[in-house]
Amino acid sequence: MEKYVQIDKVQMVFDTKQGPFVALRDIDLAIRQGEFVSLIGHSGCGKSTLLNLVAGLNEPTAGAMLCAGREIAGPGPDRAVVFQNHSLLPWLTCFENVHLAVERVFGQSEGKASLKKRVQETLALVGLSHAEHKYPHEISGGMKQRVGIARALSMQPNVLLMDEPFGALDALTRAHLQDELMRIAQETQSTVIMVTHDVDEAVLLSDRIVMLTNGPAATVGEILPVTLERPRDRLALANDPEYHRLRGAVLEFLYHRQMRPAA
Amino acid sequence: MNAVSLTTENLGDVMPSSEAAKAAATQPQPANDVVMAELEKAAPPKAKVYRRERLNAVLQWAVPPLLGIALFVGLWALVSQASPQLPGPAKTWASAVQLFSDPFYNNGPNDQGIGWNILYSLKRVAIGFGMAAAIGIPLGFMIGRFSFLSRMTAPVISLLRPVSPLAWLPIGLLVFKEAQPAAIWVIFISSIWPMILNTAAGVARIPQDYLNVAKVLNLSEWKVFTKILFPAVLPHVITGIRLSIGIAWLVIVAAEMLTGGVGLGFWVWDEWNNLNVEHIIIAIFVVGIVGLLLEQGLVMLAKRFSYE
Repeated sequence: MEKYVQIDKVQMVFDTKQGPFVALRDIDLAIRQGEFVSLIGHSGCGKSTLLNLVAGLNEPTAGAMLCAGREIAGPGPDRAVVFQNHSLLPWLTCFENVHLAVERVFGQSEGKASLKKRVQETLALVGLSHAEHKYPHEISGGMKQRVGIARALSMQPNVLLMDEPFGALDALTRAHLQDELMRIAQETQSTVIMVTHDVDEAVLLSDRIVMLTNGPAATVGEILPVTLERPRDRLALANDPEYHRLRGAVLEFLYHRQMRPAA
Repeated sequence: MNAVSLTTENLGDVMPSSEAAKAAATQPQPANDVVMAELEKAAPPKAKVYRRERLNAVLQWAVPPLLGIALFVGLWALVSQASPQLPGPAKTWASAVQLFSDPFYNNGPNDQGIGWNILYSLKRVAIGFGMAAAIGIPLGFMIGRFSFLSRMTAPVISLLRPVSPLAWLPIGLLVFKEAQPAAIWVIFISSIWPMILNTAAGVARIPQDYLNVAKVLNLSEWKVFTKILFPAVLPHVITGIRLSIGIAWLVIVAAEMLTGGVGLGFWVWDEWNNLNVEHIIIAIFVVGIVGLLLEQGLVMLAKRFSYE
């Protein structure tokens, strides 16, 4: 297996007022190019911490991390992040929000017209061509998150990192965006690491589900391969026994073996 | 019930929504009754109903403030009846008409038109406040960005900020040896604090999300400043400017009373020496109205740059 993202013996310790807090320990994970991997676990288990490590927003206290053959040292546009609360800049239009990213990555090598075309193509990819001149407060939560995804995709990152991207959306919008994300990931052949706490979301979207044990000192408990055929259809899967077996396996891990001590 | 809710919606169309809500909250009964009565009659043409509702809305919007002003003037008239030295509204009005009929005459340094007095005061405020903004806003940015600087300046700022503006005047006179720059100095030193503190608070309170975006995109320092820091902090800066202008305008009258020359404060003192009480009252109104205009102008500016 070709290892595109490699995480070796990674440990993360935070210094707190009560002394050192071990958030993650002995994390080993290798991700192929084009693979869609979900990180799932109870809240507080360090899923987002692990994602931030890959993003380079935090540095691990021990261990090594590689992305596309290069060591991860600090954040960079080759690892684009879709934040949970979209994090669009409210004083820029949708177009300008995406343009900021495009300009950063391709501004040196390409002309203005080409940058503009990139922005418009990415907005079209997430179905928002009609809203390019709207400001974030003028569009719905689902549309904002689409712009966030467009901003990340527009950089043509090696890895797309998503931190509970649909957590703040209502169920119908979430389902719709999950379908969109599946289509986009397939079209663009993106490598995706997604943090989620939604079991159905994880099974529907992932090639592999990485289940983390409870924190503190969380680590990889089990990795579940999802072999459902693509393209996947949520309605057909509702009656698919394999889907239910996988769903059951994740639930079993989360609620039986990693029962929250006091939730 | 249906009719009532319909009319409140129409009210909203005619007026800015908050005004409409206020108006509806203060006097909901009469308006609804009128409309209900209106609807019970054979329905009049639509345009006519609309015009009538519009009129209603304007009345509801205008009546409370006008009532307040009328009460104030009435109270003033009553007090002036009881105390004969205090000129009443009519006498003051007549004097104001005469005063404003020739606002820009010039009979030497001690006798100039009201227009000149206003402009001179505004000029002093503009210079003092402008210098305060030129220093205070960048300083606020730096204090907000670097916690070392913040902790370094905190004791000095907390010590100097509560000092009464006029306490700075002797220092100004001492250093500049002249009244004019001393007055500007007082404006400067008393209006700089809100701008420093608000800008610093704005910078310190930038949501981590925006900074994370900057980090992930790996933006250059210049881009971070122009695309993230500056727009995010701008509303706070404008709040600081608003507070500062308010203070500057508050202080100018007192500073000018002490330093003399041309200006509203000096004019008030001069007219007190002439025992021209009408002019003192007019000055109070002029100061109030100019202050109100400055404030409203900045509120509009703030609305223009608020992004929520």
